[in-house]
Amino acid sequence: MTTAVITGIGVAAPNGAGTENFWAATLRGESGIGPIRRFDTRGYPARLGGEIDDFDPAEHLPRRLLPQTDRMTQLALTASAWALADSGVAPGTYDPGETGVAMAGAFGGFEYGQRELENLWCSGPERVSVYMSFAWFYAVNTGQLSIRHVLRGPAGVVVGDQAGGLDAVAQARRNIRKGARLMLSGGFDSSFCPYGWVARISDGTLSTDEDPRTAYLPFDLRARGQVPGEGGAVLVVEEAAAARRRGTRIYGEIAGYAATFDAAARYGGERGLGRAVEAALADAGVTAREVGVVFADGSGRPADDRAEAETIAAVFGPQGVPVTVPKTMTGRMSSGGAPVDLAGALLAMRDGLIPPTVNVRTVAPGARLDLVTGVPRPWQPGPALVLARGRGGFNSAMVLRPGTAAPNRTGAASVTGREAPTRSGGKRHEADDTVGPGGDHA
Amino acid sequence: MSAPRVVITGLGVVAPGGVGTKAFWHLITAGRTATRPITAFDAAAFRSRIAAEVDFEAAQAELSHRERRRLDRAAQFALVATREAIADGGLEPDRFDPTRVGVSLGTAVGATCNLESEYLALSDTGREWVLDHRYASPHLYDYFMPGSMAAEIAAECNAQGPVTVVSAGCTSGLDAVGHAADLIREGAADVMVTGGTDAPISPITVACFDAIRATSPSNDDAAHALRPFDRTRNGFVLGEGAATLLLETEEHARARGARIYAEIAGFASRSNAYHMTGLRPDGAEMAAAITAALAESRRSPQSIDYVNAHGTATKQNDRHETAALKRALGPHAYRTPVSSIKSMIGHSLGAIGSIEIAACTLALDQGVVPPTANLREPDPELDLDYVPLHAREQRLDTVLSVGSGFGGFQSAIVLTRLGTGPA
Repeated sequence: MTTAVITGIGVAAPNGAGTENFWAATLRGESGIGPIRRFDTRGYPARLGGEIDDFDPAEHLPRRLLPQTDRMTQLALTASAWALADSGVAPGTYDPGETGVAMAGAFGGFEYGQRELENLWCSGPERVSVYMSFAWFYAVNTGQLSIRHVLRGPAGVVVGDQAGGLDAVAQARRNIRKGARLMLSGGFDSSFCPYGWVARISDGTLSTDEDPRTAYLPFDLRARGQVPGEGGAVLVVEEAAAARRRGTRIYGEIAGYAATFDAAARYGGERGLGRAVEAALADAGVTAREVGVVFADGSGRPADDRAEAETIAAVFGPQGVPVTVPKTMTGRMSSGGAPVDLAGALLAMRDGLIPPTVNVRTVAPGARLDLVTGVPRPWQPGPALVLARGRGGFNSAMVLRPGTAAPNRTGAASVTGREAPTRSGGKRHEADDTVGPGGDHA
Repeated sequence: MSAPRVVITGLGVVAPGGVGTKAFWHLITAGRTATRPITAFDAAAFRSRIAAEVDFEAAQAELSHRERRRLDRAAQFALVATREAIADGGLEPDRFDPTRVGVSLGTAVGATCNLESEYLALSDTGREWVLDHRYASPHLYDYFMPGSMAAEIAAECNAQGPVTVVSAGCTSGLDAVGHAADLIREGAADVMVTGGTDAPISPITVACFDAIRATSPSNDDAAHALRPFDRTRNGFVLGEGAATLLLETEEHARARGARIYAEIAGFASRSNAYHMTGLRPDGAEMAAAITAALAESRRSPQSIDYVNAHGTATKQNDRHETAALKRALGPHAYRTPVSSIKSMIGHSLGAIGSIEIAACTLALDQGVVPPTANLREPDPELDLDYVPLHAREQRLDTVLSVGSGFGGFQSAIVLTRLGTGPA
């Protein structure tokens, strides 16, 4: 089957706009969580968020795009340009018809939406923007990215809360398998406006802690909820043979994926994350033993954390695999969270360093996890598992493999570790199909 | 191993002019229109004051009090349509493996009705930018994140496989069904509950389309306002509704003795990468989507017996679509009946694509081509057979449905009578 690889990364996250800014901050353990400054949070029970401070859309986008785009679209457009530049794909490499976009969004452009609702109700219908019809709807980023980069192939948009970010990247792989050569994929959310905030408060998952260092502590004894963040990531997904022909760096392969849904309470309420993990590993042809790291969903709510920890321990054994939640430095970015984790996993492979779960000190009793806390941990890069769950029962799991496998490889053998990667953080690891580090962490 | 065939075994429709598949089919084959002056709110201040509304009270009464309280109108539509589809398909809860059942639901604007009404409460009718959270519904997050609608359907059907919302603007309903078929073909599920829903007849959505003059201002003649392919056409009329289709592998359907309506043989989507709301007159990307969907279905352009058009009656859409059909089907385009059922039930954004697939399924099943209502003055620029005013009886083996949406999305899906094509 056609292999889909990732050749470019563009991240806009609260602890760093720009992939290398984000990654350097992440390895330093720097968090972007703090008191929200973009609107007045007085009177709200939760006042912390992960805002992207060092981003001025006017520096990155043509002036005409600014009045027609919500902030999350401005972030997506900018990150998509970074991702394409990172991939080094030259214009004209592919026919526009064989290039496409598959993005996730959970909330749409709701800051824009709130402003236009205000215009409508305070000033009348004739004051509603001519751009409103598309600026707030969930499909806007796929449309804007396709126009900006002239991508005329398959187009897709999925909404699945936090899990949607993985579902979109899986859709990109599906389209590569159906014949596309290059897909931009990922997810973004912001809605850092009063309406977006009130909606999140109504969800009941926000931490009311006012200390940025202790508000979001997934798997910790002190866990008491989550902190939202804004941002996301765009990945350049390419057909492996085409990517190799143009001799580009290959961060990794989208090796496996699965999505499941928790049983409704009336049907017993059984959680489905374990099935998603097992199916994604089977899809990748990777055994649990070979997996080198798990980027956990890390909801920050004790019941969810317990369920996730149990799932991970059941599949990998107690303390059986390093687990990390770098989202502790960004907050939960809705559909942007999982694509940023995919980016983090690929960069962890490049640099041989697993980013830490900051602020967490005491893993809750019973959670038999080898949680990477404090500082980055060197590892021998191997397959990485990224997990994401969405409110209501969504579970998605994706397996990434470093480098690329030969297209005619059969069976479930793991990559053949012929050369260990560098472990010096920051130095680039040029992966291709001749370099496939083994995943023998166990 | 070849991919399994994907078949349609159940239908449920909530459409203007009568809830339920029977009422829907009766309306569109009779050529009657359900467009009328807006009753959902006082629309006096708007440019376009007409819509195709669903008379939902009777169906709504079948929902529980809690469902009515918790769910946005769009989610209620989806739930009612899904219950009909499950009953129609005879899918009994103890007869399937829930981990092999998924949901793919299309919506363009999600819970826009409740998002707007909640906003009015929270902002004191727009007067405050910083909203008072104490007035928020406990279900506000569900309105905010429309994935909740797919979750609701999954809970209804005991689906524990892949569950998602597809939101590609006005092609959402078509793309959701195509996505569901893709998931079955790749082995992620045996059964998919799929379709689309939208309930956009609220002030903010009406204002959006007013602002770009996409909707018809024929307020004095609501019944004839949406005139696809007509020389006098002046935009679409907003609609609302939902359709749910039950899809499964042919093997799964045969094993449980289900009636098979049709096969979903091919699907493709493309971007025009041109403009968020504008269309290039050459229709190249819609043609590319049609060609790709035909290739996946291993059918030739000549095999198409009927095209269910996007047909929104905007000046540029109907021109764009006519060019696309000529480009993709060649001379066969002139021999193929093409009709727009939006002329009768309006444009329900993310729902309409799935409602149109339901219409195609029934057209195959009944051997009837629904008409384009209100097409009385042909546009000399548009020279295909648009099936004006009256339905036609005709044996159909292969039908094509197309969609086009803001964001530049172009989608095509091919449905066939099972056993009529290549093995």
